[in-house]
Amino acid sequence: MSATAPPRPLLAATDLTKHFTVGKTFWPGSGRTLRAVEDVSLEVFPGETLGLVGESGSGKSTLGRCLTRLYTLTAGRLLFDGRDISAAKERALKPVRLNMQMIFQDPSASLNPRRRVRDIVGDVLHVHKIRPAAAIEDRLAELMGLVGLGGDYLDRYPHEFSGGQRQRIGIARALAVEPKLIVADEPVSALDVSVQAQIVNLFNELQERLHLTYVFIAHDLAVVRQVSTRVAVMYLGSIVETGETDALYSRPAHPYTEALLSAIPQPGRRARGNRILLEGELPSPLDPPRGCKFSTRCRYAQARCRTDRPAPTAIAGGSRTVACHFPLVAGA
Amino acid sequence: MPAPQTPPATPPARAPLLDVANLSVSFASDRGRVKAIDDVSFTVQEGEILSIVGESGSGKTVTLLSLLGLNDPRTTFVDGSVLFRGQRILEMSDRQMRRIRGKDIGLISQDPMTALTPVYTIGWQIVEQIRAHERIAKAAARKRAIDLLAEVGFANPAEAVDRYPHQLSGGMRQRALIALALSCNPALLVADEPTTALDVTVQAQVLDLLLRLRDDFGSAIILITHDMGVVSEVADRVHVMYAGRIVERGTTDAVFADPQHPYTWGLLASIPPLHGARQARLRSIPGLPPTADGIPAGCGFAPRCRFAFDACAARPPDRRGDSHSAMCFLDPSDRERLRSEMLERERPA
Repeated sequence: MSATAPPRPLLAATDLTKHFTVGKTFWPGSGRTLRAVEDVSLEVFPGETLGLVGESGSGKSTLGRCLTRLYTLTAGRLLFDGRDISAAKERALKPVRLNMQMIFQDPSASLNPRRRVRDIVGDVLHVHKIRPAAAIEDRLAELMGLVGLGGDYLDRYPHEFSGGQRQRIGIARALAVEPKLIVADEPVSALDVSVQAQIVNLFNELQERLHLTYVFIAHDLAVVRQVSTRVAVMYLGSIVETGETDALYSRPAHPYTEALLSAIPQPGRRARGNRILLEGELPSPLDPPRGCKFSTRCRYAQARCRTDRPAPTAIAGGSRTVACHFPLVAGA
Repeated sequence: MPAPQTPPATPPARAPLLDVANLSVSFASDRGRVKAIDDVSFTVQEGEILSIVGESGSGKTVTLLSLLGLNDPRTTFVDGSVLFRGQRILEMSDRQMRRIRGKDIGLISQDPMTALTPVYTIGWQIVEQIRAHERIAKAAARKRAIDLLAEVGFANPAEAVDRYPHQLSGGMRQRALIALALSCNPALLVADEPTTALDVTVQAQVLDLLLRLRDDFGSAIILITHDMGVVSEVADRVHVMYAGRIVERGTTDAVFADPQHPYTWGLLASIPPLHGARQARLRSIPGLPPTADGIPAGCGFAPRCRFAFDACAARPPDRRGDSHSAMCFLDPSDRERLRSEMLERERPA
C-alpha cells in the first residue's frame, strides 16, 4: 500500500458516447445513427501526456472535441478538475475553457487569414479579460517568445508564415489563457519531418516550463511514442487498449495494437516478411460488428469474439487496460 | 580443347529504361524566372524501384511532372534531356507523348479522389484508357478491367467495376487508381506519394501490392515519397532531394547504413524512433527549407548546415554514376567522424 493517495485526475470521462445522425430527412426517425464514440472511459492525470492513436475514422478527433466540450455529449459523464461538465451550457463552460484549450491539425485553416497575429492571439485575452488592457502588449510578446517566434512577427498575417510557424501561432493562442489542459488534434501531421521534430520538442519544453497536461491526438505512432506518458489506442469509436507508453509499445496487449505497430515502415529495416497484414477495411461506424469491433479483421478471433463485446479489463497489475477476450499480455 | 573464353571484365551495361540528364525546370513568376529543379540527372533500370525522397518543396513532384510533359508549357521552362527506351521524350509532340503516357508510363498520383473522375464508374475509366491505346472490343476491355481489379486486391471485382469512386474507401480508390495505371502494362510506373493519404495498415497493403507488381509484371517504379520508412522497405535505390537538387544517391542499404550528406543525417535523425530508448529531445534540423526563389547559388543546404565552410558558397560537385555519392564538399573520409560528432553533441545530457 502506498502512503500517498492516488492523484485526482484532471479530466475523467466515464462511458462517453457521441452519436451523429446522418441522412436525416423531414420525416421523424428517418436518419441513421453513426456511433462515432461509444462508451469511452479514460482519465488524464495532471502533468502527463495522454496519447490518443487510431486510424482515420476511429473517432479520435470526435473524442477530442467531446473532451473539450466542443460537442455536446450523447451520453456519459465528463469531470474536469472534479467538476461535472457533461451537460454544462456555453455560459457555464466559458470559465472552464480558461483551463482547457485546443490546438488543431491544420494551422492555415484554424487561423483567420484576414487578421494579424496580434488580433488572433490577442482576442483571447480581450474576450476573457484576464489581463488589463495595458498589459496585453507585454503578454503578446511573452507568448511569442514562449513559442519561439519574435515579437516583431505580431503584425503579420498568417499567409506570411510557414506551416511550422503557423502551428507555433496556434500554440501561442492556446497558451494565452494559461490553461491547465491542452487537447492537441494532429498538431504535427501536416508538417515535414525536420519541422515536425522542432514542434514536438516545443510541446515537450512547454510542458516542462508551464506544467501543462496534454491529450495528444495523432495517427503517427512514432510521434505519439515520443511525446506521451500513457497511450490509448482507438478502433471504430472504442478504446481497445491503454497503458504506459513503453510497456504498450514493447508488448502490445490488443491484437489491433500489435497489427498497427507492425504496419509502420521503419527506416533502416527491410524485413517485410514478418509484418501482420490486416485484411479488408475498417467496418462502417453506421453498422459496427456485433461482438468485438475488431473481430472481422483479427487473426486470433474465435466464435465468442463475434457475439460478445469485450469490456476494458485491467491487466499487468492494473497499469494497463485492454478490451479483448484473448489479450496478448496476460495477468490481472 | 577449345580455349576458355575470357569473360568481359564488366558485363555490357544495359541501356537504362529511363535516362534523365541535366534536367532543369524553372517557372515564370511575378519576380521573374524561378528555378525549381537545378541540373538533376538520374537513371532507372528495368524492373527496379527507385525512390526519390525529400520534404515538401524539394522539387520531387515537379521533376516527375516534367518527365511526363505535364507542366504548363506557357509558364514552365524545361531544359535537359530525358531518354525513355532511347527516345527523347521532352521534344515529343503532344500527340506522340499521349501515346506513351498511360501506355508505357503509368502515373499513380497522391490523391485518388482527384485523379479519378467522379462522374464515371471506375470500370468505364479503365476501359477508356485501354481503348485509347489499343484496338480492342469494349467487352474484352471490360473483362480486362475486371481482371485488373482482381489483381490489385478487390474481393469482388465484377461488382466493383460498376462502382463510382465515391462509393469506395480511400484504400480501394488508391487500388483502383493503381489498376488504371497498370491497364496497359506499362514498363515504368511513376507513383507520387501513393500512400501518403492512407492509414498505416492500408499503406502496408498498398506497398505489398507495389512490390508484387514489380515481381509479376517487371514494371520499373519511381516512388516519390517523404517517408524514409517507406523508402527503406521497398526501394532498391534512393535519391535524396533538397532544394531542387539530388544531394545524395545510392542503394537503399548503403544510404541507410552510411548516409553521406549532412541533410540526410539530419533527416534520419529527426524521425522519432519506434523502438529502443526514447530521446528527451528529437534532433531537428534548424531553420526552414528555402523557397524556390531563395535557393543559394552554392550548396542549397549550406544555410542550415552546421558543417558549412567557405567552399560551400560554390556549387558542390555531383558525382553522377557513382554507386553512392553525395553533393557535398566535406572530405568523404571525415564524414563518419563529423556525423557521430553531430549526433553526440545533440544528445541530451
